[in-house]
Order: sequence, then structure tokens, then C-alpha cells
Amino acid sequence: MNLDWSESQELLRKTARDFFARESPPAKVKQLEKTPARQDPDLWRKIASLGWLGLPFPEKYGGANGSFLDLVALLEEMGRAAIVSPFLSSVVLSGDLLLKAGSDAQKERLLPAIANGSAIVAVALCESDASYAPDDVQLTANLSSPLEGEELSKREPSALRGEGASVPPWRLSGTKLFVLDGLSADHFIVAARTKPGKGPAGISLFVVDATSPSITRAPLASFGGEAQAEVRFDNVIVPDDALLGPLHKGWPLVRAYLRRGALAMCAQMVGGAQQALDMTVAYAKQRIQFGRPIGSFQAIQHKCADMATDVDTARYLTYYAAWKQDAKQQNALEISQAKAWLSDAYRRVAREAQQIHAGIAYVDDHDLQLYFRRAKAGEVLFGDADFHLREVASLLKL
Amino acid sequence: MDFAYSKQERRFQKELHDFLTKEVPTDIKSRMLGQIESESGQAFQRDFIKKLIEKKWMAVSWPKEYGGQAKPAIEQLLYAWELSYFHVSPGQTGMSVVGPTLIHFGTEEQKQTFLPMIARGEVTFCLGYTEPNAGSDLASLQTRADRDGDDWVINGQKIFTSGADRSDYCWLAARTDQSVPKHKGISMFLVDMKTPGISVQPLITLAGYRTNITYWDNVRVPASRLVGEVNRGWYYAAAALDFERIALFPWGRLEYEFDELVRYCKGTMRGGKPLSKHPEVRKRVAALSIEMSAMKLLAVRAAWMIGRNRIPNYEASMLKMFATEFQQRLSNAGMQIAGLFGLLPDGAPHAALDGLINYRYRYAVMPTFGGGSSELMRNIIAQRGLGLPR
Ligand SMILES: Cc1cc2nc3c(=O)[nH]c(=O)nc-3n(C[C@H](O)[C@H](O)[C@H](O)COP(=O)(O)OP(=O)(O)OC[C@H]3O[C@@H](n4cnc5c(N)ncnc54)[C@H](O)[C@@H]3O)c2cc1C
Repeated sequence: MNLDWSESQELLRKTARDFFARESPPAKVKQLEKTPARQDPDLWRKIASLGWLGLPFPEKYGGANGSFLDLVALLEEMGRAAIVSPFLSSVVLSGDLLLKAGSDAQKERLLPAIANGSAIVAVALCESDASYAPDDVQLTANLSSPLEGEELSKREPSALRGEGASVPPWRLSGTKLFVLDGLSADHFIVAARTKPGKGPAGISLFVVDATSPSITRAPLASFGGEAQAEVRFDNVIVPDDALLGPLHKGWPLVRAYLRRGALAMCAQMVGGAQQALDMTVAYAKQRIQFGRPIGSFQAIQHKCADMATDVDTARYLTYYAAWKQDAKQQNALEISQAKAWLSDAYRRVAREAQQIHAGIAYVDDHDLQLYFRRAKAGEVLFGDADFHLREVASLLKL
Repeated sequence: MDFAYSKQERRFQKELHDFLTKEVPTDIKSRMLGQIESESGQAFQRDFIKKLIEKKWMAVSWPKEYGGQAKPAIEQLLYAWELSYFHVSPGQTGMSVVGPTLIHFGTEEQKQTFLPMIARGEVTFCLGYTEPNAGSDLASLQTRADRDGDDWVINGQKIFTSGADRSDYCWLAARTDQSVPKHKGISMFLVDMKTPGISVQPLITLAGYRTNITYWDNVRVPASRLVGEVNRGWYYAAAALDFERIALFPWGRLEYEFDELVRYCKGTMRGGKPLSKHPEVRKRVAALSIEMSAMKLLAVRAAWMIGRNRIPNYEASMLKMFATEFQQRLSNAGMQIAGLFGLLPDGAPHAALDGLINYRYRYAVMPTFGGGSSELMRNIIAQRGLGLPR
């Protein structure tokens, strides 16, 4: 048993905290939120130069071979600074999907590019239901011959469809919603129906060039601050080697993606909740009313004690799930427990923080609002409390 | 970071678990009887201590020279957890409060006299802290001890002196100096309950078990039974509370209650399907499982800190507060799920889980104020933990 961070993780935490405080202070974050793509190439380059964009990848892809807890250490600081970046989409999630399911060619092409910051990859999953359920995936991928005059590059025969057969390309049609970092992405990993119907069977993943002229994207201005987009695929032609993972059997990969996203989100939320608590305690010590600091009022102290309890419980539920991940133990239950808890806990903490700051933090440019908004977004992203309580109930075999 | 138990810790836990599974009757009724609060429970505990002594599983937290096992903090936690899961509570107050305080602060003679008896489970203690006008504000207690020759003479009244009717000794706090600020004039005494002048009156609680009012009328106690030094009692009591908070809270009982509730939900039909298939029940139970995990992690953190010689002051308070409030949510969820069947107590036909749910609902009311109320715990978290001003 050891509940301390390792020395190198402590160093990472400290470096990250200083770096984000310097390079992405709240004022800059708020400016960035007002831009459509919500991506700061300059910040991204600097993060890349620190080597963090390859943190979880093997060395041969330009990575640092980090553990999930290393990621947690970094994500927590990102959440603390409320930064906006495609780190979660590109590095933590797309990178992992490529590592898990990518062909050698796909990995060699994309992972080093993600790691050095030259490519951003985003996952396009949700559609009209935005429910994280398989039925929501209705975007179609059909096999059909090129139309006259259409060009197709890099086609390779597919073993799937028989020796020597001419392989028609895939055509993707449909609309994705809530594509995280959808405007800044250079590539999408798209969940599509390769067999019509509902349910998990018949879903496949494709890696798609985001700059294709048949793709149109528009920002969805989430009040949470994260970069959401609507992405339309209008008969987008992709070559056969764009298939990521097994044909028709992509849903287990999506499930893994959702779990990993939920856990990474938890780490960010822990950092954000801690920051909201720290800001509140500092304010309560300094704000004088009725001739004494408001932090000396028991009503305020007890709220702070409850916030601290929410933060500490959230923190250890998250660390425990992350540790299990690194120890290669089943942790679906622990992830859902952590995300269900954090979805409510961060919101409670952020709300009480607003209550204790009262008027001053209700003013638009107060930094606390970043956390109030992040808390709500974090709550619903990758499954809210209801979603994860349902998961927990099934995993407990109720 | 590493949440894994060591090989030794796992082995210890498994040995305990296997032993308890074999030795403690499994049906709920007999476990209910094992509750330390009931009469038959007391008899069960006394017998069980003999088995624990045979296994060298008494006084696990004490140093070896006092007959203890000097187990590391995590193993102490596992011990408390496993035993309380099976409703075994060895030695209770003597083991958790009196013993450790004597080890740290007692005179040599007190150590020689009491520690071996406590380690063998041969002597029982009740705690005489609370008074009608001194609850949370314990330091304002008025029971007085006046020096008379070789004796102290005790006069006053205590309330909620649990076990006073069946204990050999009372661990009593009394004022030995009226002239100094309230914290500085209190001493602790080891009072033989057979001493003339003590009278005990029962108080029956919401959960049905007994506690007491005790009256102290010119009770003569030899000076050798004043613990450690005169007027240091407040500090001893504070230290004793710290000993108690980790090792002795019966965490395992909550896990047992949760497991039984799950069993009840799976095995009880409502509207043609098991309760566990009703969406609202699933959601409730899932939410409880999370709080259970959170509670365990807070307990592990506190024990781990103790093992590292870090003092868990706000962390221990957070644990106590969270666990006792969770216990209320847990027992309330049990009552809501059981519906009308939850209204029936132990012994009534049709009682849900033989009355366990009903009993726990009544029991859970107390721990959020007994042994330091949730409000005081929040004060500690805010002031010691977060540094908010008084
Ligand atoms: C079944 C049972 C068994 C017990 N066994 C024992 C025993 O064996 N030995 C023993 O000595 N005692 C025992 N107690 C007493 C127990 O420890 C006290 O009940 C406890 O200390 C609280 O004191 P009180 O009940 O007088 O409440 P009070 O102190 O009067 O508190 C009333 C309310 O005021 C709040 N309050 C008090 N001070 C503050 C503050 N500073 N800030 C905010 N809120 C505050 C409390 O949180 C509580 O909500 C037992 C009690 C019960 C019910």
C-alpha cells in the first residue's frame, strides 16, 4: 500500500501546474472559449515540446510509455487550470483506440504525429440521441463502386472480401453531434453502421481525413467551454484501409473508449473540484462581513467541510480505478463508480463555491465560473450519474 | 501509488475471514444476537474472546511488551473490518481506549495491573465522560474529585454511561482543580464499579438496548487509580478518542448490512419480479455501493497515514463523519426498499431480513452524534483541515 505519488509524478504535477498557470491563465482560457474552434495552436505546440502529447504511447511511436496514473496526474492539473485543449480527444482517447485496434500502418502514420502535435485526431460517436448507446450510431458506411470521375488513392485489396476482388471504397453518410475537438481535428475516428440495423452488431470504426471536401463542420458552442462540433459526412469516400479494428464488431472498442473517457474525465474533474475548493477557502479567509472573516461562520465552515469530503472521496475513487487500470485488473465497476460519484460531487462543490463567493463570482468574468460550467459539462460527458449507476447495477449483477 | 495489500496483509485477512466464517453462525438471527448492545450478545462476545486469545488475535494494536501483537496499522484496519463484519467485538473499551491510554500515559503500577487483564479479556470498562450538562463540550464537566488523604472522593452525575450495569471498572473523567481553566483541571480515574456510593439507573434507547445514568455519591478511589498525572485528563481523553476513531469503528458491519440488503433485493419478489430488477432499487443500491467504496478508501487512507506516522486529524474526522452518515443513508435505503416489511422488528413474523433492516435503521441514528458529532467533525475538517479561522 502506498497512496503517495511517485517522485517523477510529483515532478510532473508541479511542472504542469506551473506551466498551465503561466501559459494558460484563466483570462486566456476565457478568450479561447470565445473562438469557434477553441484550440490554441501556440499552447498546443508548447505542450508538445514538453513531450506530454506522447505520454501514454510506446517509445517507438515517439511516446514516453507512461502509465494511466501518469495521465491522471497531468489531467488533474489540466482540470485544475480549466484549460481547453484536444489532449483528451487526441492523446488519451484516439491514441488509445489506434494502439488497441490500429494496423501497423495506421499506428505508424498517426501515433508519432499525435505525439509531436502535428496531427489532432478526434472521435465522432454521438448522433441525434447523444446517448452513448449503440442505437445512436446511425451514420452509414456503404460499399459501392466509385462514381464516374471519382478518384481513389491508396487502395489496397482487402483480405476480407476475397483475393483479387476489386474493392470498392466505403461511403460515409450521416451527421455526428458533440464531436469533441471536431473543428481542430485533422482526422476523425468515426463510428459507423456497416450493417443496417440497431444494437451493437454492425458497427465499425473508420479513420477519416477531416479535411475531405465532403465533410462540413460547425461549432456547437457548449457553455462548458469544451470544443464541441457538429460534423456532417456527405457521401465521404474512404479507402478500405481506413477501417480501424474488426469489421462490424467495433462496439467493444467504443465501450472501451467510453470507459477510458469517463475515467480521464474524472481525473480532470478532481483537479477542477480541488481548485474550486481552494479558491473558496482562500476567499472565505479573506472576505470580511459583520466584522469577521466569513470563513469563521460555522454555516460556511460546514459547507467547506462537505466540499472537502466530496473532493477527497472523488479523488480516491478515481485513483483507485486508475491504479486498477495500470495493474491490469478489471475496473469497469470502479470507473463507473467514480464517474457516477464525480458527476454529482463536482457539481455540488462548484455550486457551493458559487454560494460562498456569492455576488462577486456571479459576475461574468470571475474565474470561478469556469469551474461551475466545467462541472456541468463534466457531469454529462461520457455518461452522467444515471448512466453510470445503471452500469454499476449491472456490474454488481443485481 | 499502490492500492494493493501486501502478501502478509492478504494472508492475515484470509486467515481471519476463514476462521470467522467457520466460528460465527451465519444466519442473521444469531448475528443479531451477537450485537454487542444486547444481553445475549455480551455472552457471545465473552465466549468468543477465548477463541481469539488462542489464535493470538487479541490486542493486535498494542506493543508486544504489553501482551499485544504490534500489528501494523493496515492490518489493524483489516482486523477491525473482518471482526465487525461478523459482529465480533473483542475487549471493546478496554482494548481500544483504556489500554492504549495506559500504555502511553499510565503509571508503571497501572500498566502492570490492568494491561494483562485487558489483553486476556478478563476485565470490562464503561466510559464515564458525558454528563447532563457536558456532551460535546466535554471539558465543561462538573463531576468533581477532591483529595482526602490517600483517596480521591468523587461526587457528581454521569449520563449515557453505557455498560455501567455490567462493567468491572469505569474510566471516569472528573474535575480535580476548580480554579484553573476548564481543560486544565480534569483527571481520569479507574474506578472499581463495586465501590460504595455508585448507583446505576437504566436508560432504554430507540434501538432497544440499554445505557445508563450513574450517580456518584462520595465514592472513594485510591490515589493510585488516578491515571498518569493529575489534571492531564483532558489530553488523555483527546488522545484516547484518536485511538478509537480508526481501530474501533465497526466498518465491517456496514458492509455486512449492504451485502444482506443486496441478498434481500435479489431474493424478494415484488410485482412479479425480484426487487433487484426494479430500476429504482437498482439505482439506489448502485449509489450505496459507491459510498461503500468511498468509505473504505477513506478508512484505508487514514490507516495508511497512521502506518506512516502521519497524524490523520482531519482525515479521521472525515472518515467518522462520512461513514456514520452513510450508515444512515444505507439503513434508510433498506427501509425504503423493504417498505411495510421494514416496519417489523426482530422477532415479528414477516420482518424484512429478520428485523436486521429495522434494527439498523434505529441504531444508525446514534453514531452521527456519539463519539463526536458530525457537526464537530465538520468543525475539525474546516479548521484543522482547511485552516479556516475560529
Ligand atoms: C446510546 C448512547 C450511548 C452512549 N455511550 C456513552 C458512553 O458509554 N460514555 C459516554 O461518556 N458517553 C456516551 N454517550 C454520549 C455521547 O457521546 C454524547 O451523546 C455525545 O457526546 C453528544 O453529546 P450530547 O448528546 O449531550 O449532545 P450535545 O453536545 O448537547 O449536542 C446537541 C447538538 O448540538 C450540536 N453541537 C454541539 N456543539 C456544537 C458546536 N461546537 N458546533 C456545532 N454544533 C454543535 C451537536 O452536534 C448536536 O447536534 C452515549 C450516547 C448515546 C446516545
